[in-house]
Amino acid sequence: MSVALTVNGKAVQVEAEPDTPLLWVIREHLKLTGTKFGCGIAQCGACTVHIDGAATRSCVTPVSAVVGKTVVTIEALSPDSTHPLQKAWIAEQVPQCGYCQSGQIMQAAALLAKNPRPSRDEIVAHMNGNICRCGTYPRIVRAIQRAAREG
Amino acid sequence: MMEDIGMGVLETKISRRGFMAGVGGLTFAFTLGGGLLGRASEVFAAPEGAKLNTWVTIGADDTVTVMVPVAEMGQGVLTALPLILAEELDADWSKVKMEYAPPIPKLYGNRHPLFNGAMLTAASVSVPGYYMPLRMAGAQARRVLLDNVARQWGVPVGELTTEPSVVVHAKSGRRISYGEVAKFATVPAVPPKIADAELKKPSQFRLIGRADIKRVDVPSKVNGTAKYGIDAQVPGMVYAAVFESPMDGAKPDKVNVPDVMKIKGVTRVIPLPFGVAVFGDTVEATRAGRNALQVTWDTSGATAAGFDSEKAVAEYARHGRDPNAKAMEWFRKGDAPKALAGAARVMEAEYSSEHCYHAQMEPMNCIAKVAPDGQSAEVWTGTQSNFLAALVASNVLKTTPDKIRVHQHLLGGGYGRRIAPDAVAQAVVLSNITKLPVKLMLTREDDLAAARPRPMTYHILKAGLDGNGKLVGWHHRMVAENVDALAAPPRFKATGGKDIIGWRGLEQPFYGVPNMLAEGVREIRGMRVHPWRGIGSGYTKFAAESFLDEIAYASGVDPLILRLELTRDHPRAQAVIKAAAEMAQWNLPRSGRGLGIAFSDYHDSFSAGVAEVSVDRKTGKIKVHNYWVAVDPGLVIQPENVHAQTESAVVYGLSAALLEELTIKNGAVQARNFNDYPVLRMADLPEIHTRIVASDAAPTGMGELGVPAVAPAIGNAVFQLTGKRLRSLPMSPERVKQALA
Repeated sequence: MSVALTVNGKAVQVEAEPDTPLLWVIREHLKLTGTKFGCGIAQCGACTVHIDGAATRSCVTPVSAVVGKTVVTIEALSPDSTHPLQKAWIAEQVPQCGYCQSGQIMQAAALLAKNPRPSRDEIVAHMNGNICRCGTYPRIVRAIQRAAREG
Repeated sequence: MMEDIGMGVLETKISRRGFMAGVGGLTFAFTLGGGLLGRASEVFAAPEGAKLNTWVTIGADDTVTVMVPVAEMGQGVLTALPLILAEELDADWSKVKMEYAPPIPKLYGNRHPLFNGAMLTAASVSVPGYYMPLRMAGAQARRVLLDNVARQWGVPVGELTTEPSVVVHAKSGRRISYGEVAKFATVPAVPPKIADAELKKPSQFRLIGRADIKRVDVPSKVNGTAKYGIDAQVPGMVYAAVFESPMDGAKPDKVNVPDVMKIKGVTRVIPLPFGVAVFGDTVEATRAGRNALQVTWDTSGATAAGFDSEKAVAEYARHGRDPNAKAMEWFRKGDAPKALAGAARVMEAEYSSEHCYHAQMEPMNCIAKVAPDGQSAEVWTGTQSNFLAALVASNVLKTTPDKIRVHQHLLGGGYGRRIAPDAVAQAVVLSNITKLPVKLMLTREDDLAAARPRPMTYHILKAGLDGNGKLVGWHHRMVAENVDALAAPPRFKATGGKDIIGWRGLEQPFYGVPNMLAEGVREIRGMRVHPWRGIGSGYTKFAAESFLDEIAYASGVDPLILRLELTRDHPRAQAVIKAAAEMAQWNLPRSGRGLGIAFSDYHDSFSAGVAEVSVDRKTGKIKVHNYWVAVDPGLVIQPENVHAQTESAVVYGLSAALLEELTIKNGAVQARNFNDYPVLRMADLPEIHTRIVASDAAPTGMGELGVPAVAPAIGNAVFQLTGKRLRSLPMSPERVKQALA
């Protein structure tokens, strides 16, 4: 069936079953491959996108649940990669393999949107659902703190 | 000849113009006129034969394109390797671009002694193995540029110097960019000879060692543009999932094909020797189909069928203790059995470790497009060995590797898992059946089922002390399945069954104990054991460094002092131990917390770590508060990345030390996803303090160095705090509770 969505500010129509995970609609139908598949059961956070501003695991979100809502992926976090977190991620040289980092940044962006000066404990509590197997956690913390500081 | 890329035309143009020259060990090619040759990787994907060494291309637009022969999996080689060549070429770093080299080991193999020319990204030896070849290639290219300018301007070459990407004649004030030179340059048939002594001294480096040069792949990894294998899409492709066989040799027996075919979008369901493939028009259809599959397995041909990891520990122990065990010697110094027999005191202890899963965040995947005649193929994937990928694909099609074009992508984690080309082989099989491009993506559950784990191990250690409590004899025997037997069969055969990967770290070249013996006992259980970040050292150092701690306490010597004494003849080893202890303020007592130290060499690099822990006696949970680590990887190419790699390795080591346990029952992995195979998350992160101990020695590698010391440092810290010795990995809450009870 045809599903109407708003992704990254654009109205799009996709042919998909209503129970199709939003992740696959984003990645394979819309070819926005910055959002990653990691586990399929909301355990790793690699698939994190914003739905009406809230960090959401797209791998367990059926596409039918986002009709009429605003979906933002890493590709549209900023028009030119200059979101404070993206700049901080480069300054702190956070990514290694990089596979989880779209999800990490989207998760962190939702935190800063509602809590511009999070404490370290608040950062850890908010980010703990996002796995980074390369272990870039120390740099993720530093980058979020830098983004909060430098804006 | 490969299809679609116009190789014939390109090749003709190249040879007619004579832009390339055979140069024995090292050659390079210039792109004259800019853009003529197209992508360098296409140009050089020529069949082997012409004796080329093609590392660098200079375009008329000043672009310097460096071929990168290894995979980028987060370790930073897309930056480090071109940087090394650019240093000797004296190139403007902002003009340097990278291309993946095609899978031609004769041109691009790693000459490191561990690899002997194989084209593979593993063992932390990309920088060590390519350091001198890339410097030489850069220096030769620079010399050719200088010779060309000298001829053109009629000046002695000795009067020319270079500044980044510019040739300068100071006497006349003339300057010319490398790109301008490339327009008229000719490459001599015999390349200029560069002596080692003519290479730059470290004090002359403009690029190597600079903390402000950032990794080139990072910007693409913060905005979603970085492309991994799983991101590839090819026109006309169909999707596939494979319900993976739970073990080697298990074949699908009963499969509910009709049920699965009812699912909308599922087009085919095919039982195959390695599992059951579900094809579909969309990824979601194949996922739904895969989840609806019910498969019973015929395990009559599977060695692992009866393997139960919990029960096998006792069997491994019995095999290790057996005085008649067939143990193969790995390392010997003096006469350890004699020293033990004559010792005033003999200590014994046993250690063990469980299978571990790589848990790379990007599940295994590959797109394959087999040609209609089944004689050639293209594959899109991220692999630690594009050559192995080409080889296995060519084996499937019964053709030769040159008929396979590998489109290398970034790797969403490797850690050893992406050496195995299983996903490539499967995708080629699926595409060969359908003659369509097929995108195979494993679910996390299937990625776990198809795990290529770090082997389970059992260790029996004995030490002899003389009348003064001095360590005079050491015997380390390890029981495990052999990784080399699966990951490097020709080498395994050639060494008569030595496990160069799995036994790593049993050797003790840096401890001054007069009599030492280390040996391996082989188990054959059918598990698909594989290299895993830190390889053997991940468990051998846990056993050895924990046991050394036992010896220190038993003989009343501070564990730090004992290690400093044992490394007295090896200043670099001693320096990292001293540095880690100093960082941690080793002698500073702290209430409610224990400190433990461990040392590990790894492929000629050195590291030492100190862990500061507390233990929740009720839950058994170890909390690591601080971890101090000092590393000496020889000459440092990118210092900021050395710190990052060290942090990364420490986190990987922490996860294995505290959490990771891949339980096997009836030959099958029991964990299904991250909910029952937990890995370290941010909440369990200690403060990690890293220090590079300066050294001008040749670079010896960095990516795994930080892993091995973590587990023993934690175990040793728990002992200092509680007086209880933890002898099994992982040091899970359950095991800690048992030990404290």
